[in-house]
Amino acid sequence: MNRRYAVRRLLQVLPAVASILIVTFAVVHAAPGDPVLAVAGQNGNEEYYAFMREKFGLDRPLLQQFATYTSNVLRGDLGVSFVQGQAVSDLIAERVPATLLLMGTALAVSTVGGIALGALAARRPFGPFDLAVSTTALVGYALPVFWLAQLAMLTIAFRTGWFPIQGMTTARADYTGLAHYADVARHLVLPAGVLAASEVALITRIARTGILAEMSSDYIRVAQAKGLSASGALLHHALRNALLPVVTVVGTRIGFLFSGAVLVETVFGWPGLGRLVLAAAQTRDHPVLLGMVLVVAFSLVLANLITDLVYSRVDPRIRYR
Amino acid sequence: MSTPVSATAESEGGSPPTRSLSPGGGPQTQPQAPHRWGTAARRFVRHPAGSAGLVLTFLMVAAGLLAEVISPGDPFRTVADPLLPPSGNHLMGTDNLGRDVFNAVIHGARTSMVVVLAVTAIASVVGLAVGVVAGYRGGWTDDLLMRITELFQSVPRFFLAVLIVALFGAELDILIYVLALTSWPTLARVSRAEVLSVRDREYVEAARSIGASDRRIVLRHVMPNVLPTAMVVIALTGSRVILLEASLSFIGLGDPTVMSWGYLVNNAQRFLRIAWWMSVFPGMAIAVAVLGINLMSDALNDVLAAYSKAAPRRLRKRRLS
Repeated sequence: MNRRYAVRRLLQVLPAVASILIVTFAVVHAAPGDPVLAVAGQNGNEEYYAFMREKFGLDRPLLQQFATYTSNVLRGDLGVSFVQGQAVSDLIAERVPATLLLMGTALAVSTVGGIALGALAARRPFGPFDLAVSTTALVGYALPVFWLAQLAMLTIAFRTGWFPIQGMTTARADYTGLAHYADVARHLVLPAGVLAASEVALITRIARTGILAEMSSDYIRVAQAKGLSASGALLHHALRNALLPVVTVVGTRIGFLFSGAVLVETVFGWPGLGRLVLAAAQTRDHPVLLGMVLVVAFSLVLANLITDLVYSRVDPRIRYR
Repeated sequence: MSTPVSATAESEGGSPPTRSLSPGGGPQTQPQAPHRWGTAARRFVRHPAGSAGLVLTFLMVAAGLLAEVISPGDPFRTVADPLLPPSGNHLMGTDNLGRDVFNAVIHGARTSMVVVLAVTAIASVVGLAVGVVAGYRGGWTDDLLMRITELFQSVPRFFLAVLIVALFGAELDILIYVLALTSWPTLARVSRAEVLSVRDREYVEAARSIGASDRRIVLRHVMPNVLPTAMVVIALTGSRVILLEASLSFIGLGDPTVMSWGYLVNNAQRFLRIAWWMSVFPGMAIAVAVLGINLMSDALNDVLAAYSKAAPRRLRKRRLS
């Protein structure tokens, strides 16, 4: 890997993290209402409020407060939930595995499915299959993922009864070992399928465009001139290069996957971050919501960093101008 | 087995701009004569995606504008027995409180329309202003404005919106500001890139040398080249905003005093098994609105790309050298 690129790319993480901290701090500070009243209640006297203000450092200059905020966040202290009284970091950490399972499955399924569909569509551009795929992708783009989830319930779950529609495990069944994994997998099919379906459209488009661009390049023409069939050239030569753009958008997709997962989880009662966000949104539990913003934002920074580093390793032409 | 011709024909120009469903998809067609908006408009209407998008968008705008004419009355009012299936009296059935779903969907269009128009208007003005000034002035102005733009892009939109609405309240105007605040950066970056690509062209140089003011150069010579791409981005912003607004009201963060599609879909959740119509029709309304705008933006992209040499895909700093 190009070391200079890697170092410069790593350094870019700093301003990104700083931006996240500045934006969130500014938003929370600009919010109406006195935070002391929220914590200490409406009925305290001035002395008590002054004490609380001092205790939480709210009487100190803004810059100092920002420094405290920064150090707290970077140490992983995201505050305490108003409603549940637990540390926000614990609440989030508890639910991350379920959401990661959902997002990871959807990411894998949509990537593989999207590349396959894109390759099939690119074999005959503007042929019937290509048009069908493009049209479906266009419609798929427009469907809100939470509604797609409800449609999946209405059309698949209710009709066939094959898949459970709530939660991650069967209540009171207490499966162990393999039976437990099978149970979770059965619960996973619909939510992950819906989330993947909402992503496939993008991957298909990117894969198709990438393959078409590669197929018109010189090395493919050479391969075909030497007698390789079109699909042979596609599979053995064009596909590998065309996949690079698919890799680049992984970072962006993880952002969509996070919000998509939250919405899908809401519909399917999946015990991940989604229900935490939903409950916090309804009770206006700000610390939890702030924690979610931070966790998702930092995950995206990390995902983009990894993507870029992997990308530059796979494609050595990448460097800064 | 198809010959390679079908794959290569795409890149060698000559194909009419009425083909691709992928924005920024196939390689750009060659630059043509300078803009003629009349011709572009005619091509747009003749473009299949363009006309279909126009019709769908027209349906939504008409529903929003004429809500009181098409279906008069407060959408929150109980008009019949609860959970009646669709019938002549209630085209889309009634919900759990005996409210008419058709009436609610039509009034929801008004909410969506207000939000989309307001948000895209604000985001367009801010995004274009920031992008054009940054690109045209260059130097430290550019640096400063782009750092600010990145600041706003550092935090995931959906989660930031959730936090802000929870902190500031769910009134419609707050929702509009939140969505506008997070919508302009893409446009700013794209229009900056467009400005950079024409700033040093000969005709701009020529205008400057005969003493044209900056204002005149920007308005007469730079803007016409920025607008085609900007319009595509603005349209995409609009469809994203519809989905975001729907998602927010779906998780209970919409303005509770106005009817919205996301709220309707959320409300349908508990009655999915017995009242499919409560979910299907509002969800379909969201899909139609988003699809309409996406189709228009696709058609715009095809029609205008034929005129503008600048590739719409120049969003990233990183580049293949």
